[in-house]
Amino acid sequence: MDQIIIYKIILCVIVFAVTLGAAAYMTWGERKLASWLQDRVGPNRAGPFGLLQPIADGLKMLFKEEMIPTHSNKWLFILGPSFFMLTACMTGAVIPWGAGFTIDGTYFPMQIADINIGLLYLLGVISIGVYGIMIGGWSSNNKFALLGALRASSQMISYEVAMGLALIALVMLTGTLNLGEIVAQQDADYAYIVYQPLGFLIFLICAFAETNRAPFDLPESESELVGGFHTEYSSMKLGFFLFAEYINMFISSAVMASLYFGGYNFPFQHELGLEGNLLSAIQTAVFLGKILIFIFIFMWVRWTLPRFRYDQLMNLGWKVLLPLAIFNIFITGLVMYFTGKL
Amino acid sequence: MSLTEIAFYFLSFLAIFSGLAVILSRNPVHSVLYLIVTFFSIAGHYFLMNAQFLAAVHIIVYAGAIMVLFLYVIMMLNLNEEQEEKTKSWVKIAAVVSSCSIMLILVSLISKSTIVMGKAPMADDAGLVQNLGKVLYKDYLLPFELASVLFLAAMVGAVYLSKKETSKS
Repeated sequence: MDQIIIYKIILCVIVFAVTLGAAAYMTWGERKLASWLQDRVGPNRAGPFGLLQPIADGLKMLFKEEMIPTHSNKWLFILGPSFFMLTACMTGAVIPWGAGFTIDGTYFPMQIADINIGLLYLLGVISIGVYGIMIGGWSSNNKFALLGALRASSQMISYEVAMGLALIALVMLTGTLNLGEIVAQQDADYAYIVYQPLGFLIFLICAFAETNRAPFDLPESESELVGGFHTEYSSMKLGFFLFAEYINMFISSAVMASLYFGGYNFPFQHELGLEGNLLSAIQTAVFLGKILIFIFIFMWVRWTLPRFRYDQLMNLGWKVLLPLAIFNIFITGLVMYFTGKL
Repeated sequence: MSLTEIAFYFLSFLAIFSGLAVILSRNPVHSVLYLIVTFFSIAGHYFLMNAQFLAAVHIIVYAGAIMVLFLYVIMMLNLNEEQEEKTKSWVKIAAVVSSCSIMLILVSLISKSTIVMGKAPMADDAGLVQNLGKVLYKDYLLPFELASVLFLAAMVGAVYLSKKETSKS
């Protein structure tokens, strides 16, 4: 029993480190990708291919002067970015990162918390993620920061609804809320993208809106409106807000890969003749590869599509995605009824 | 003390402390934030009672949706301590009388009830989604459907009210 607890702590640290490391190098990847799409060189001064750029950026953020506006609540001002960072990191706990390893007859799962309400936990963490932005924006004591926070939070609440409804259609198929089981089911059957193409599309769009990425990056929209909820932030607290966006992107890529694209499973995995630990090592690598593809899509879209207008954003969320998600539930129910799965 | 008892006392302390802070803090935004903490500690209590689904939904609905809207409205109105409205004396008296009577009811209820503390009063798996769903959709189908119709009516009403306002302006 103690062995498992120590192992879980180690796994927590590993997942945390991988998430942070991936997020750090996603900032580098994003800049390289942007420069590639725009036919320029991109960061190439710090280290080979600019690989030390994230470390240089982090150091720069840490050594910047820290400003806390007067007449604002200091504790809430610090709480805002901390909470945003916390909720961004919390989601990784329920994601199955691999099939697990067996060493000396003891089974070590690659999932930190195998809870049977995994999907609800996910939705819960997403829904409280708004508070970091709202608290930060309000405690800045700046009307532009407050407006930015309201803009951001109303966007996030609106898209949460359609996201939850898209997941309900998936849950109808899986019959479980346990993420580990959902991934395991896709080993025996096809990946759920085959059964839920519309649901996946809705989820993808909502994931873009939830992570505040272009074309839905209105909370920040640095090139037209005032910077948004983090206008008054400086130093590492601003860094937390910006960094949490990359963590969110990494985690939502992992969620999409495991819910709709089979997680750590890959086609013909049992025909390879591999077994046990070697197979699950390959599976974890494949899972990370799937996450990378989604991250690439996130970045590709950002440097391709222009930003939505705010009313277009709200119309898309409430008048297009929400009815589509309900329609998807209806169709899923009908098909399940007639194929006798219900 | 077992781990669940420690968790129970901690969560109870947190719930009562933040509940008091909701009514004692002068700043409405702080009140809302304390209320969110209260909701979280109550969700923790649900977890202790093995009602995982209830805990998760409590977080999603109350902390994640309703309180966000509360915070939203209060931030929009930007209420401050200086703008606090002067309440009339008869309102204060009425508030004292009504809260005292609620207190009386609560005290009489608590003194008569047996206190189940720090342990699950139900079977271990009663709060799981599957079992809860079966109970809701088999034994309590009619009340459940009635509640959902009520929600639908409330939703239509809200949409109607907001529509009316936009057509005027």
